[in-house]
Amino acid sequence: MRYSYYPGCSAESTARDQYMSVNEVAIALNIELIEIKGWTCCGSTPAHHTDKILSIALPVANLLMAQKTGLEMVVFCAACYNRMKVANHEIQTNPEIRKEIAATLGEDYDGSVKVHHFIEVLIKEIGVKKLKEAFTHSLYGLKVASYYGCLLVRPKDVTQFDDPENPTIMDKLIKLMGGEMIDWPHKVECCGGGFALSRTDIVVELSNSILGMAEASGAQCMAVACPMCQINLDMRQSDIHKIKGRDYNLPVVYITQLLGLCLGISPKKLGMDKCVVSPKPIIELVKVAE
Amino acid sequence: MSIVISKEKQAGDLINDVQKLSGIDIRSCLQCKKCSNGCPVTGLTNVHPSDIIRAMQLNVGDKIFNSDLIWMCASCETCYARCPMKINMAEVMDALRVLSVQKNGPKQKGNVPLFNKSFLRTVKMFGRTYDIGMIAAYKLGSASLLQDTDKFPMMLLKGKIALIPSFQADKKYTRRIFGRKLGNTQS
Ligand code: SF4
Ligand code: SF4
Repeated sequence: MRYSYYPGCSAESTARDQYMSVNEVAIALNIELIEIKGWTCCGSTPAHHTDKILSIALPVANLLMAQKTGLEMVVFCAACYNRMKVANHEIQTNPEIRKEIAATLGEDYDGSVKVHHFIEVLIKEIGVKKLKEAFTHSLYGLKVASYYGCLLVRPKDVTQFDDPENPTIMDKLIKLMGGEMIDWPHKVECCGGGFALSRTDIVVELSNSILGMAEASGAQCMAVACPMCQINLDMRQSDIHKIKGRDYNLPVVYITQLLGLCLGISPKKLGMDKCVVSPKPIIELVKVAE
Repeated sequence: MSIVISKEKQAGDLINDVQKLSGIDIRSCLQCKKCSNGCPVTGLTNVHPSDIIRAMQLNVGDKIFNSDLIWMCASCETCYARCPMKINMAEVMDALRVLSVQKNGPKQKGNVPLFNKSFLRTVKMFGRTYDIGMIAAYKLGSASLLQDTDKFPMMLLKGKIALIPSFQADKKYTRRIFGRKLGNTQS
């Protein structure tokens, strides 16, 4: 199983732990992720705020690089994933845009590179049975709130990831790992996303409501699949404490970190020391040797 | 929200500009307010997504750029997911932001346009984002230097922030992309 892998900029900074855990899990499951040589930024929110052609041309540049490898693309960052899918959709449905993008890049792109989120590959390509066989450790009933956020599930016709109001793909993985999935209503609420720096006040409000609901639903930790969600929900807990007086101390980890633990990979290799709220209780529960 | 419509002739035809930029038929909105009810920032502002549409339908003109919602919208797409008329409000908001910058609309809390500019400048320079460069440019410009300084040592220690930019990007395409003039795109 070989894929062309697009890590995205956060893999080199705020989400090194995501990058590390995706790589480790891929190796353990024999998924060959070949990083796109010379990949560039997808433009994220600042690009679509600024200029539509810019916001499509940036992902298309990377889709073109992937196309030359002949492999389908795997992404983990939900924002990059969303921008790649939007770009494919626009190229496929809007001939004017396709023409303008071709003129901008000096190369025509047909919108045909298949884009998968890493956890889609796990469920759809590896499959539940093989995954279960590969696990050497269990989550021992750990109560996990799976949090999907916005960009994986919306817009549905573009990402085609899962049900946009009640996705369950991560919940399936949690159950498979022996965890207890929490049935809670904030799976697809917004954490404030790209406002991490510019409108921290909005992030604090929205993340507080998500963390509050996770806690009220009995979660012992949250599992995420997006670097922006991770940093907002994890790092902002101290601000929420200062501003709102709420003290959650709720670990927010990547789903790939949980998978890694269950595959017997050391927490260090999964970058779990990089979490702000310590995930130690989870590590101790699973008992993976450092 | 109260919408004030003045009798003076409004400059330009905003609704047409937004429709041209976004490709979305704003006039088809039913004012059912499903978008506003699901919008995560509705509780933080007095202007709701359906008000923005209504204001455009009533042709309030450039006064719309005073609405803080335009720069508070997190592009979460909940509105679009639930709209019975399939109005992609997130794209409408993108178009309004592009027009607001073009028309020099009022500066609002957080100065999101400056953040966007700082972010995109590093992408233009390196092909990838460079957090420290971006944060420095944004914070100097928005005079919020002290915000989050408590987090930098921790982030550096955890390797959550890269000291030097990445030089691995192939700028073949980005050079062409940033060679265009930004912000006047049609679709
Ligand atoms: S949900 Fe759609 S139709 Fe209803 S008010 Fe919002 S934009 Fe208009
Ligand atoms: S995309 Fe913007 S306007 Fe629509 S629900 Fe989300 S925050 Fe509100």
